Amino acid sequence: MTGLDRMAAVAATEFRLAFRNRWVLLSTLAFTLFALALAFLGSGPSGALKADALTLTAASLSTLTVYLVPLMALLVSYDSIAGEIERGTLALVLATPLKRGELVLTKFCGHLAVLTLAIAIGYGIAGAVIAGVHGATDAGLLAWGRLVATAVLLGAAFIALGMALSGLARQAGTAAALAIGAWLILVVLYDLALLGAVIVDQGGVFTKTMFPALVLANPGDAFRLYNLALIETNAPVAGLDGLARTLPFPVSSALVVLALWLFAGLAAAWALTRRIRP
Amino acid sequence: MTDAAILSVEDLTIRFGAVTAVDGVSLAVAPGERVALLGHNGAGKSTLFKTVLGFLKPATGRLFIGGAVPGSDVARRAVSYLPEQVVFPKALTGAEVLTHFARLKGVAPKVALPLLETVGIADAAGRAVGTYSKGMRQRLGLAQALIGTPCLLLLDEPTSGLDPVSRREFYEVLEASARAGTAVLLSSHSLSEIENRIDRIAILAKGRLRAEGALADLSRRAGLPIRIRVEAAEGRVEAVQAHLGGERVNGRSVVVTCRAEDKVGALARLAELGSDVADIDIALPDLDDVYRHYSGVTAQGAHQ
Repeated sequence: MTGLDRMAAVAATEFRLAFRNRWVLLSTLAFTLFALALAFLGSGPSGALKADALTLTAASLSTLTVYLVPLMALLVSYDSIAGEIERGTLALVLATPLKRGELVLTKFCGHLAVLTLAIAIGYGIAGAVIAGVHGATDAGLLAWGRLVATAVLLGAAFIALGMALSGLARQAGTAAALAIGAWLILVVLYDLALLGAVIVDQGGVFTKTMFPALVLANPGDAFRLYNLALIETNAPVAGLDGLARTLPFPVSSALVVLALWLFAGLAAAWALTRRIRP
Repeated sequence: MTDAAILSVEDLTIRFGAVTAVDGVSLAVAPGERVALLGHNGAGKSTLFKTVLGFLKPATGRLFIGGAVPGSDVARRAVSYLPEQVVFPKALTGAEVLTHFARLKGVAPKVALPLLETVGIADAAGRAVGTYSKGMRQRLGLAQALIGTPCLLLLDEPTSGLDPVSRREFYEVLEASARAGTAVLLSSHSLSEIENRIDRIAILAKGRLRAEGALADLSRRAGLPIRIRVEAAEGRVEAVQAHLGGERVNGRSVVVTCRAEDKVGALARLAELGSDVADIDIALPDLDDVYRHYSGVTAQGAHQ
């Protein structure tokens, strides 16, 4: 009973702080604006297809989400352990009956609640506007719902990663640098490196065997492949996304990858926090 | 080391690699007792505190809080901690910070909130901590530590950077807690600050316990000399030194030291000099001298 209450206290305080720092407002605004911009300016409904604005925007938004959601997730979580060490509050908190595992788990929950709220509001507003203007089909609503749900899962994986980096760095500045580095590597450079390898390999062994597995192993790519593979449109796909059509694994394996990243991140955050002597 | 002690430390040694931070320290604190841990930076005070909290594992020796092992649930509930430097989230109000820690400690926030009144910041309860002065933040920290009337209060240099008025009020709150049965173990740099506010002191230097006891006893045991500084009249400094002995400190002054019981005799000899003396200044050993005596001189003596 008191165990649950103290865990609720940590999560509530994290949530309240994120709210006070205008963090929720900022990220919600960013998600809404980008989603609307994609719907109405970018690859919005082309005359020929006329199919379903919601589905098409979900497809293009899944690419954008890969950049935006991990960034937001890392920004909200990088300070969580290191910042408390620096401010001296970690020693205070760990002097109370709160266990370290409870601390990691509940901070994670608080961060995730914040990110979920921002994604739900941002994509919710954008989805409602698109549906209002262009109408909505069942398939479109399903694609949109899938996008929002998997974006939350992607965010959760990166929050756990950010907390692990925070526990590793133990200094807020270093943790921020590590978080940006992780984002750059996982979201930007990883894909470039794989594409480069494919080009060099010219359809050889690497492209046929290792490449699909390596793409799927990346949380951002797993998220994108999952969403694109389940959207049946003729929307143009490019680069790694072409793999979505020819993936040699069941589509659900992408979700497994995301879940593995999430659990690995949480386990690392817990293990690293246990080693801290505040 | 009575069974009644809320904190008992027995022959505790803590090492960081090759460095021994705490070396064979034994100490007991009884309920309602206020004990000050004195020492320079790096003397091992914070290390000892962190061991009491269960953050550090002893290399040898034992440590119990109310009979429980540090870090156990029983021990965590018994101990409250206030670190030297704590910065609560600026965006939270004082009341929210207190509510947060009350819930962490399993105490109803309703019961904890009046503590803001106890430490004198009830007026600022609804304001963001970012607007608090250093003294107010420290009072909030103390209120946090008092939640749930702990058996043992661990305060790591709680009054550093506080003005004298805040400091006095801080010790008044501690005194009230101690009267209610809470044991207080606090660390400090300065002996003069805690005079009359503490029952017992323990002096740490380089991880070793140098002295322990009531302040008056330690002061008497130290037997520190009195310094008499004599300023000679123009051109008479050699004559003064020849008569008194002692040490020349600059062109015109001589410093003589004597034991407390020899003070009158020394002054009588001084009077014989008549107009050769321009001025005199008598310095009795103060508490910081007592502290230096135990932490510095004895420390060297022990090593030799």
